[in-house]
Amino acid sequence: MELELRGITKRFPGVLANDNVNLTIRSGEILCLLGENGAGKSTLMNIMYGLYTATEGDILIDGDVVNFDGPGDAIAAGIGMVHQHFMLVPVFSVAENVVLGVEPTLTGGVLDIEEARDDVRKISGQYNLDVDPDAIIEQLPVGLQQRVEIIKVLFRDAEILVFDEPTAVLTPQEVQEFFGIIRKLKDDGKGIIFITHKLKEVLEIADRIAVLRRGAVVGEADPATATEVSLAELMVGRPVELKVSKADADPTDVVLEVRDLDVLNVHNQLAVDSVSFDVRRGEIVGIAGVQGNGQTELVEALTGLRESVGGRVSVGGVDLTNASPREVHNASVAHVPEDRQRSGLVMSFTLTENFVLDSYYDEPFSQGIKMDWDRSRQEAGRLIQEFDVRTPSSEIPASNLSGGNQQKVIVAREFSRDVALVIASQPTRGVDVGSIEFIHERIVAERDQGAAVLIVSSELDEVMALSDRILVMFDGKVVAEKRPEQTTNAELGLYMAGASSDG
Amino acid sequence: MADDRDVTDDVAAEQPSAETPSGGPSELFSDLTGVGRFDWRSNALVPLLAIISALIVGALIIAFGDLDTLKLWGSDPGEAFSQTWTTVKDAYVALFEGAVGGWTPISETLTRAAPLILAGLAVAVGFQAGLFNIGANGQMLIGGMFALVIGFQFSLPGIIHIPLVIAGGLLGGAIWGAIPGYLRAKTGAHEVITTIMLNFIALRLVDYLLTVNYFQLEGRNDPVSKSVAESARYPRLLSADWIPFEFTRIPRVHIGIIIAVITAWVIWWILYRSTIGFEFRAVGANPDGARYAGMNVIWLYVGVMAVAGALAGLGGADQVAGTLGRATPGFVGVIGFDAIALALLGRSHPAGVVAAGLLFGGLAAGGQQMQVAADVGIDIVQVIQALIIMFIAAPALIKAIYRVKAETEAAQLTSGWGT
Repeated sequence: MELELRGITKRFPGVLANDNVNLTIRSGEILCLLGENGAGKSTLMNIMYGLYTATEGDILIDGDVVNFDGPGDAIAAGIGMVHQHFMLVPVFSVAENVVLGVEPTLTGGVLDIEEARDDVRKISGQYNLDVDPDAIIEQLPVGLQQRVEIIKVLFRDAEILVFDEPTAVLTPQEVQEFFGIIRKLKDDGKGIIFITHKLKEVLEIADRIAVLRRGAVVGEADPATATEVSLAELMVGRPVELKVSKADADPTDVVLEVRDLDVLNVHNQLAVDSVSFDVRRGEIVGIAGVQGNGQTELVEALTGLRESVGGRVSVGGVDLTNASPREVHNASVAHVPEDRQRSGLVMSFTLTENFVLDSYYDEPFSQGIKMDWDRSRQEAGRLIQEFDVRTPSSEIPASNLSGGNQQKVIVAREFSRDVALVIASQPTRGVDVGSIEFIHERIVAERDQGAAVLIVSSELDEVMALSDRILVMFDGKVVAEKRPEQTTNAELGLYMAGASSDG
Repeated sequence: MADDRDVTDDVAAEQPSAETPSGGPSELFSDLTGVGRFDWRSNALVPLLAIISALIVGALIIAFGDLDTLKLWGSDPGEAFSQTWTTVKDAYVALFEGAVGGWTPISETLTRAAPLILAGLAVAVGFQAGLFNIGANGQMLIGGMFALVIGFQFSLPGIIHIPLVIAGGLLGGAIWGAIPGYLRAKTGAHEVITTIMLNFIALRLVDYLLTVNYFQLEGRNDPVSKSVAESARYPRLLSADWIPFEFTRIPRVHIGIIIAVITAWVIWWILYRSTIGFEFRAVGANPDGARYAGMNVIWLYVGVMAVAGALAGLGGADQVAGTLGRATPGFVGVIGFDAIALALLGRSHPAGVVAAGLLFGGLAAGGQQMQVAADVGIDIVQVIQALIIMFIAAPALIKAIYRVKAETEAAQLTSGWGT
């Protein structure tokens, strides 16, 4: 089977999301679609999957033009999509999820669960997926859930499989297993489209690489000759510094002191289990770990968003155990939250309003209850300049900015004060390469100006590049402490997967 | 995993992205209330087109409601058309003249607009903070009763008495509004349910109080309250000596409309120029963001509802001390419910609420005239009001009918199936 996108252009009002894109994918090959956030990858895939209609251009299968009115048509044509966010019913079994929507039935419309089980077993066996058809989804680890998604797609007889950022939620070991599955699929004659912004993975798995920038294919690369640097340059459109350049740390006094901290998650289970660590002035401590191992709850407890049930937190000697977010803010703590859209910004507010979001209540942004918007606008203008936020004005809503620029707004707001401690969660998630570089520089600059910095990231490369000291969290506990120069991604990956530290 | 939200990359970088705020109000809420919408064209145009559409559909209903003319269509379509045309024209001309055709109609319009505007503000402030305040009616009743007691209990110079009556209205409404706010904050009880229930409680409480000796007019068996002292009555606007007109009957418009417009300005100032309004709007647009920013979300809900209740209570005081001079059972009618429609039509903006209040006041005043002069039932006014809101609630419909350019296809598409 050969799928061709010919001259695909997609216009949203005021936005050219895809600009005359030509792509071909054949059975038995892995095409990597590389691009920054906002480059138009998802739009393109949504067109291919029938969710959007292209403004111009055609989709061809084996040389014939096809028209997709919805995902149903695309699935019928043999295109399958594994979304970044799994579309599974958590309380259903694997087999039930796989057949959902195309259930095999006995007479009278009764679900033939036996046949569903057999089908799952067959597909699972064929590709060494090792999935139990009777397992309940919510009890499976993320890696296995992803395999269920793959089975779902294969069950619907997909010939072309599209994976949208499939490795974002996996540990390094799981990524390797996942690559094994991908290769098996390819050997079996499936065509694979792999969407990602991770350069290393592209070089490892791709047969062909297409790079998307500002909606257009700006180049194809051969993985045999391409390098991370050349790909990054193609992706961003200018030379990019991939390494974080920083001097050695010079840690002095302890700023953040965490002792035996216990925190419950939303389900009232212990998510942070007796965690203790220090962060000193002038050092960056990185917390590595697969998402969902207590990092979120830890940061929320440190920043006043969640109550801890045991232990102590202090910043600069001041006890901040279960302090309110405002008390934490007033203790000179900057917080770049994990989810910028959910908590870091008010998307419908203007940039000015967002710049003063957590300091509006005091001089110089207000006197008494009167907001000083002139002063606030001045400050907004200054921060937009200093932090290179790409926006036509400070008076447009934050939702109009790209992800990278939204993140810069938060970083600008948080770093524009004198801070003793920086807590940054996923500081560059969903941010384009250019902005990542900038945000990393600012974080290092905060350290060099004497702040203590705590970074939480599920991107192991980011933790390795930024940190002066790395803590690995697994199942609510700190299971290892390493210096980046004394460890490797592989070793950290083992700890992230639950191996215990030998010292 | 459930919290693992991502940033979809939909459109080219540096361009409007199609992301929906995840912790904030839904697209639907924004579309409906206008909160968080920056598009002025759409915010002004959609209500305007909704009004026009409603008037057109209203005209059709008037036409089809005229049975005699309908029969004529079979035998003499030409005559039928001209009769139908006349009926509709007469009705709308009467509606228009009854609303603005002279001092008395204008007086009626303004008199009816004042409590509508105040109650509309009560609902709009709720919307701005992400709360559905369905309880304006109850808040008006309780505020009105506070104003009533102050109005008949004391005998003071007007310059002191009237401000006290106003303060009573504000306080009574604030208390009645703060109750659902507190319940929401402390127990999570949804304000839609509690405010509706408090409406019933207030309604029957007033019925009961009006039969209690302390409130009831001496010598009456039916539930009518004592009259508010003259010194507590809102002065009439057209009774002053310097008004260069002679009236056979002085039109009843009183300072309530001025109070309402000034209040709207104050609310605008609070919402957009003060730290309190900043908090209100932040908690409405994104409660998670507000909490992250150090605002006390729990107590903000109480504060918002108290302010909203105070506004409605002021509307109740307007009825008691301005228009009626006393309290009768259910003395605010359905003003508190019309207020919801009004806030929606006004896109939850104080200026929009004033405009919508004047429109609804005019419809109510003109409807009377329409009934008398054109023999078209006043119910049609309610139909038109309801139609306006239906068109507002379905902005997609208006946009489709009039081909208003959609803001972004992307925003609508991704919100449908995204995370």
